[in-house]
This record gives sequence, structure tokens and C-alpha cells, in this order.
Amino acid sequence: MKLLILIGLVLLIIAAHQLMRVVELSRQFKKGHEWSVSDTDNSFNGKAMLLFGFLFIGFFFWQVNRWSDNSLPGAASEHGLKVDALWDYNMYLISFVFVITNAFLFYFSYKYAGKKGVKATFFAHDNRLEMLWTIVPAVTLAFIIIFGLKYWNDITERSESPNKVTVELYAKQFDWTARYAGKDKVLGSTDYRQIDGGNDVGLDTLDATGYDDIIVKNEFHIPVGKEIEFKMRSRDVIHSAYMPHFRAQMNCVPGMVTEFKFTPNKTTAEMRKDPYVIQLMAGINEARAKKGEEPVEFDYILLCNKICGASHYNMQMTIVVESEKDYNDWLAKQKAVRTIAAK
Amino acid sequence: MANAHSANLTEHVGHHDHAHDHDEHEESFVSKYIFSMDHKMISRQFLITAIIMAVVAMTMSIIFRMQLAWPGEKFAFINAMLGDKWGKDGVLDPNMYLALVTIHGTIMVFFVLTGGLSGTFANLLIPYQVGARDMASGFLNMLSYWFFFLSSVIMLGSLFIEDGPASGGWTIYPPLSALPEAMPGSKLGMTLWLISMTLFVVSSLLGGINYIVTIINLRTKGMKMTRMPLTMWAMLITAILGVLSFPVLVSCVVLLICDRSLGTSFYLSDIYIGGRPLDNVGGSPVLFEHLFWFLGHPEVYIVLLPALGITSEIISTNSRKPIFGYRAMIGSMLAIGFLSFIVWGHHMFLTGMNPFLGSVFVFTTLLIAIPSAVKAFNYITTLWKGNIQYTPAMLFSIGLVSSFVTGGVTGIILADSTLDINVHDTYFVVAHFHIVMGLSAIFGMFAGVYHWFPKMFLRMMNKKLGYLHFWVTFVSAYGVFFPMHFLGLAGVPRRYYTNSAFPMFDNLVDINEIVTVFAIIAALAQFIFIFNFFYSMFRGEKSPQNPWNSNTLEWTTPMANIHGNWPGALPVVHRWAYDYSKPGAENDFIPQTVPLAEGEHDGGGH
Ligand code: HEM
Ligand SMILES: [Cu+2]
Ligand SMILES: [Cu+2]
Repeated sequence: MKLLILIGLVLLIIAAHQLMRVVELSRQFKKGHEWSVSDTDNSFNGKAMLLFGFLFIGFFFWQVNRWSDNSLPGAASEHGLKVDALWDYNMYLISFVFVITNAFLFYFSYKYAGKKGVKATFFAHDNRLEMLWTIVPAVTLAFIIIFGLKYWNDITERSESPNKVTVELYAKQFDWTARYAGKDKVLGSTDYRQIDGGNDVGLDTLDATGYDDIIVKNEFHIPVGKEIEFKMRSRDVIHSAYMPHFRAQMNCVPGMVTEFKFTPNKTTAEMRKDPYVIQLMAGINEARAKKGEEPVEFDYILLCNKICGASHYNMQMTIVVESEKDYNDWLAKQKAVRTIAAK
Repeated sequence: MANAHSANLTEHVGHHDHAHDHDEHEESFVSKYIFSMDHKMISRQFLITAIIMAVVAMTMSIIFRMQLAWPGEKFAFINAMLGDKWGKDGVLDPNMYLALVTIHGTIMVFFVLTGGLSGTFANLLIPYQVGARDMASGFLNMLSYWFFFLSSVIMLGSLFIEDGPASGGWTIYPPLSALPEAMPGSKLGMTLWLISMTLFVVSSLLGGINYIVTIINLRTKGMKMTRMPLTMWAMLITAILGVLSFPVLVSCVVLLICDRSLGTSFYLSDIYIGGRPLDNVGGSPVLFEHLFWFLGHPEVYIVLLPALGITSEIISTNSRKPIFGYRAMIGSMLAIGFLSFIVWGHHMFLTGMNPFLGSVFVFTTLLIAIPSAVKAFNYITTLWKGNIQYTPAMLFSIGLVSSFVTGGVTGIILADSTLDINVHDTYFVVAHFHIVMGLSAIFGMFAGVYHWFPKMFLRMMNKKLGYLHFWVTFVSAYGVFFPMHFLGLAGVPRRYYTNSAFPMFDNLVDINEIVTVFAIIAALAQFIFIFNFFYSMFRGEKSPQNPWNSNTLEWTTPMANIHGNWPGALPVVHRWAYDYSKPGAENDFIPQTVPLAEGEHDGGGH
């Protein structure tokens, strides 16, 4: 096998060498220079630019048409709806600029392809034009900035809601743990030096407020329509808690507690009935069927989105959004820490 | 194509510079080709080193793209490249995946597009275009290359060690990069990465200081700042950015080295890893991010500005028109340069940094869009009513304008912290920065090579192969990076070894395959370039004095690599570099050395 490849390579090199000789020889008979650009070259490349322009913009719309159905479903959180609206406005704007600017570029590349005997127009500057394309972007950007910052302030404001639910997301290589405050509504304090096999998240065993805390893995639940305040921590390296369906993301940084809050507005069950989600899942299940894998149902997910080591790509946890009653029932069934610590 | 104006040059032959002619004969192989202090030779050394590095980085991208399109499948190619340890049975190891992504990013950003791009073209063009005999300090310039070489060797060497090279991403955020327990790549591989990058910074500073001094002090008579070609402005601003920001990377790296080896806690606090709590308290990884991005953001302009300078020159020459808005182009480069120092926080909206601080960075970042828009529109207006000569360099320059716009607009989304929440660290970002920085700068670099190849190797590259190279590269480059936006919209995080570990991304297989197929085509097309490059270097047609009918000073030097660049006295400059198709002039170009005619205005006035 190796020998064959070697022989193939040698033959290829010999062939290439011969070809080069021929080309070099023929060069001597030609007038002019290979490298000098002729009208034919200009016209060919000008047309190719135009064609490319069409194909490129066509490719853009083709992709939007074909792949938009793969995008995340509409936001499942209250602030997320605003993010989506802002996203759409900005996306329309930049798509417009993208199409127009590229169209001009490729059109001019075609239109003004060089011809012998033509002289270009000496046009060195024009203050009005330059003012135009300084001021128009500046005004547009002013709007983008104003709306962006307004939403940003709302989203990052500290949670004041009296009946918010607090959930701690604790990251470590390579899984997530969620912690709820329990009856006293206070998360127990932590001390990383006390981490051990039985005390996975490093609760401070001297702090009694932690005894009723509830710790879950693999899947955590949150009630719909209530503000959820997340507190993020990490045990080892930086991770990032990414909950794409809710338009939520915040890094988990060792030595810090970071925060993010949102109010989910659709339960998992409701999402599963959403027409967009149904077609999205149909696409996923079709692809799974091809691989010979079981069909799955839609679930919200928490992903790690900051490189954290070998299994970064599979550091995830399922999120269940449900009615407040179902949530309370679920929470009541979870064991408090004290029972774990007591043994 | 000897130009009618070369008489100007020779009028000062009287002051022949003997010292320079003299070394020509006594030069040994070593001092000519290896420890050369001549800017032209150093430029070629940088270019060839960068090409080798680029091939390595490109091959890496093909390996990890194959894994992403066909996860878990067995490829003899992967096994052949990585051996049984990292490519057992032809399947890429997850740790090696991260290592490849890391080294790919590092090489592309630093070694190819910083060292390679600036090193090649600043060295080649600065003395030529300002009319100097060489760089201010040939010796420092030589050191600059050899530090670059050493750091390249160490970076490549780190690929062959037991635990594999650094693998925490090119941004090497601690604690991941600080703790050997966190991943194998944070052992010796990380140490080598840090050493290599420190040497790289030394190289970059030695080069940068030289570029600045040469441009400020060694301009020939008549070369006012406002007559300099835009390439020179771009190189000057780039060098200033580098000199101001790279030292911060060194401090950042030194503190990391202390944390790694001396037990300090600059970036570490409250960590439990490898089955035990660490003693470090009080440090903050966020501090690292601030220091890193204080370099990191200017760095993207260090990569981009030289490419923009190069294409300004090429687009003007080949449109046979003055660059539109010369002063606005300088102004926008200065504005971009200044603003690039106060936007670094846009990489950190979601790190736990104070959200108010985030707002400030949103504001400053979006401001950068204004000068960038001005540049893009000025390029397009330069083409308007031109007489475009499609050299391969011109094709790549137009490619740059397209990718600069296409990648630039998504920057507006990412700069908006509200919108960044959901696409931060996803493939949307990978698409954005590859198009706006990767493609633009690579296209600029190709454009520069095709355009100035005759000045480097005195021969011409093959035009037809150049066309083929451009069109295949241009089409497949968008084929690789455009679809990645849609992966981002589906929520795919970057730096994932596979998208098949859980069902959420199963429907994206076709996008992943398209991307990889285009990546393979793009990679193969680069061999056309490499062949053309090395073949033309030895066998290409001999170049005439001024093949592109260009105005700048480098085309007034003879087609021979002589010390001191001009055999006689230095040329005297009488006008700006953009008198193309000037009304009333006989030719459609007037070199900078031609005196102004009676009543003629300089700088774009009629
Ligand atoms: C052959 C063409 C290229 C291909 C197919 C390619 C592909 C990729 C992909 C898929 C990733 C993301 C991998 C992941 O997140 O898991 C990546 C990362 C990266 N690439 Fe490229 N790339 C190419 C050329 C370039 C160029 C020209 C640059 C120069 C700017 C570049 C700079 C980077 C950087 C900085 C990263 C980030 C590395 C990190 O996450 O630490 N790439 N590349
Ligand atoms: Cu993680
Ligand atoms: Cu930045």
C-alpha cells in the first residue's frame, strides 16, 4: 500500500515536471507576459465577481431559508422575548447592510473591470459623501446602543422580587449540581476546604442554615412564571452556565459567586406542544433515526460554555419547567442535606 | 516597462554610497541568508516561516473539522498525523482536540497574522516606501526574526511532548491553564506555550520599535507624513498598538508563570481540584481576563490594520484611481487604533464583571463601527469609475473588502451585551471572527504576496494559478465560515469535541459536513499557492522594474536585492502616492518622485 502511494507520488511529480517544461517552452513563443493582465482577464474576472455576488447573496438567503428551522425556539423567558425582538431588529438591519454593501462591491467590480484605452475618473475625495457615511452609521448606532443598554440594565438589575426562587448552580469538571434553599429560604454558606465525598458542594458544616438545603444532579426543576435567581459557583476552573432556550448565560468563576435571573414563561410540557418545537424535534429525530438512535422529546438544557477540559463538550444538565404546584411537589420529594450529612 | 521618470533617480548619482556596494562582495552565506540584517532578507525569512506555520495550523483545522463532521469515525489520515496515542484507530482524542484548537488559534493569530504579516510586510515595505536604506537598526531587526524563529520552534516542539501541547484555548484562561491537574495540556505544554509567547513578544517589540523609529525618522526628503502611502500609516499605527499592548501580555503571562510555579495566587482562589483543596486564596481569574484582553483586543487590529493598509495600496493602484478619502482613511485608522484600547471588556460581558462596566464597553465598541464603516465605503468608492486591473492581488483585495463587511456587521450584534448573552462563546462568534479577522487578514496577506513578490524574489508569480487560487479559496472560505453562523443560532458552543454527545444538535449534521467539505477544498487550494510561490521563486518570469505601474518608491529601486536599496542617492519625494489617472497627465500614473508641474496641486486637488 505504502509502496503504491510512493510510486503514485513519484509519477505525479514526474508528470508535473513535464507539464511545467511544456508550459515554460510555450512561454517563449508567446508575445507579452504571462503575468500581465489583459482585457480578457479583466472581463473574465469582472463577470466572475458579478456572478459570485449573486451566488453569495443567493447562498445567504438559501441558508436562512433552509437552516433557520434549526435555530433555537423563541425565548422561553420573559426577558428573552425582549432579547429576541432586539435581535430581530438588529439582524434585519445588518442583513440589509450586508446585502447592499456586498451588492455594490461586486457590481462595481464587474462594471468597472478594466479596458485598454479607458481612463479612470480622478476622484480623490468628497466631503459630503464622507460626512454622509460617517453620520448615517453614527445615528443608527446611537439607536442600537440606546436600546441595547436599556435592556441590558433591566436584565442585569439585582433581583428584588419578594417571592423569587433562588437556585445555586455549582460547576465542576465535568458536571453540574443544583442547590435549593429549603424551608428557611436561605442557602447555607460554603467553604471549599470542607469538600469531600459526602459534601460535594462544600457546605460549611457549622452553618445550620445549610442543613435543609436541597441538592440535585442530572436534572433540576423550576416553576413557571416566577423569577428565578441563579447564583453560580465553580469548584475548579471557569465554567459557564448556558441556558440557551432562556437566553441566559453567566460564567462560573472559582472564588466568586456570579448571578443571573430570569422568569421562565413556558413549561416543558407547553414547549413540547409548540408547533416550531415539534418540527425542530422532528428534524432531530429524523437525524437520530438515520444513526439508528431512539427518538427523544424536547427538554430544556443547561450547557457548559467555557472550555473546562476533556469532557467540556458533554457537561450538561436537564432543566424542567413546570407549574408551581408540580414544582413544589417535586421539591418536597427531594432529600434535604441534613439527612445526607447525618449518615 | 522602464518608466519615463527614472531619470529623476539618477540625477544624484554623484553621491554614490560606496559603503553599501562594498559589503555585497564580502558577504558569506551565513550573513546573507541566515543572520542577515537586511530588511529584504528578513522579510523573506518571516514570510517563509509564516507559510510553514500556516500549513501546520491549517492541517490541524482539517483534523478537528473531520472529527466535528464525522464524530467517532476512523480516519487513516488522523492516525497518520497524530499516531496511536492521540489518534488511536484514527479517532481523535478529546484532549488532543482541545490541543489542536488551541495551537491552531495561537499559530494563526500570532505566528501567521502578527509575526508573519507584519514581519513580512513591515520589513519589506517600510524602508522601501519611506525611502530609507534599511531599518533604523538592522541588528535589532535581525534579533526580531530570530526570537520569532525560536518561539516558533518552541511552539511546534510542544506538539511532540508526552502530555501534549497547551490545550486551554488560545486565550489560556486560568485556573484551567494554571493547574496541571486540570488537563494534561496544562503541564509541560503550557509552560512551553508561555515561554514561546514571551519570546514572541520580545520579537514583536524589537520589530515594532524599529518600525516606528524608521517611519518617524528615516523618511526621505519630501516624504511628509501626509504623503506617506496608507501602508505606512497602517504599519505605524500597528506598531504603536503592539508596543503599547504586548508588554501587558507579558505581565499577564509572568503572573501566570508565578501562579504555576511559585505558589502565588494572582489568579487563583478557593479551588478544589485533584482531590484536594488548594491553599491559594484571594486571586481572581477575572484579573487575568482583563490583562489578557487588554492585549487581546488591540491584537485583532494588529492583525487587521496591515492587511487594510496593503489592500488600500493595491486597490488604488489597480483601480488606476486615487484611494478615495486619503485623509479619512488615516483618520479612521487612528480612531480605530485609539478605540481599540478601550473596548477589551466586550469579551467579558458574562464573566461576572460589573454590568455597568459592561455598558461602557458596549458604547466604546459600537463606536468602532463608525470608522470601520467609513473605510469600507471608501474602498467601494475607490472602485467606482475605476479601470480595474484584475491582478491576483486585486482579487484578494476585493475579497478582503467583502469579508471585512460581512464579518464586521455581526460584530454589531456581539458588541451589544444584551444580544451577546445568547451567542457568546458559540459558533456565531467563531464565524464572526474568522470572517472579519481571519479571512480579511489572510486575504490581505495573499494580496501582499502576489503584489510584492517581484520585489521580494525579482520574479513574477503565475497569474492563472493566482486566479485559480483566489476563486477556489474565496468560494470555499465563505462555504466554511458562513454556515457556522447557523450553528451558533442553534446554540452550539465553541470548543466542543463533538456535537453528538446529546440529542440537541443532531439535526446539524449536514451543516457540519458542508463546513468540513469546504474546509478540505480550501486547504487543498492552498497547495496551488504554495506551488506557485516556490516555483516562481526559482523559475518565474523575470520581473520588470515596475510591473503594476505603481507610484510608490519601492518601484523606483532596481530589480536587484542590493544593500541600501537605491544604488545612488535616496529618491526625493514630490507628491502623494495616489496620482493615478490624474487629468492632464500623460500616463495614468505619476510616481512620487516626479516634481509637481506648474500650478499642480498635491494630494488629490486638480
Ligand atoms: C483552513 C481554514 C480554517 C478553518 C477550517 C478553521 C476552523 C476553525 C474552527 C472550526 C475553530 C473552532 C473549533 C472549536 O471551537 O471547537 C477554530 C478556532 C479558531 N481559529 Fe480557525 N480555522 C481556519 C483558519 C483560521 C484563521 C485564518 C485564523 C486567523 C485568525 C483562525 C483563528 C482561529 C482562532 C483564534 C480560533 C479559536 C481557538 C480557540 O478557541 O482557542 N483560524 N478554527
Ligand atoms: Cu465546564
Ligand atoms: Cu475585542
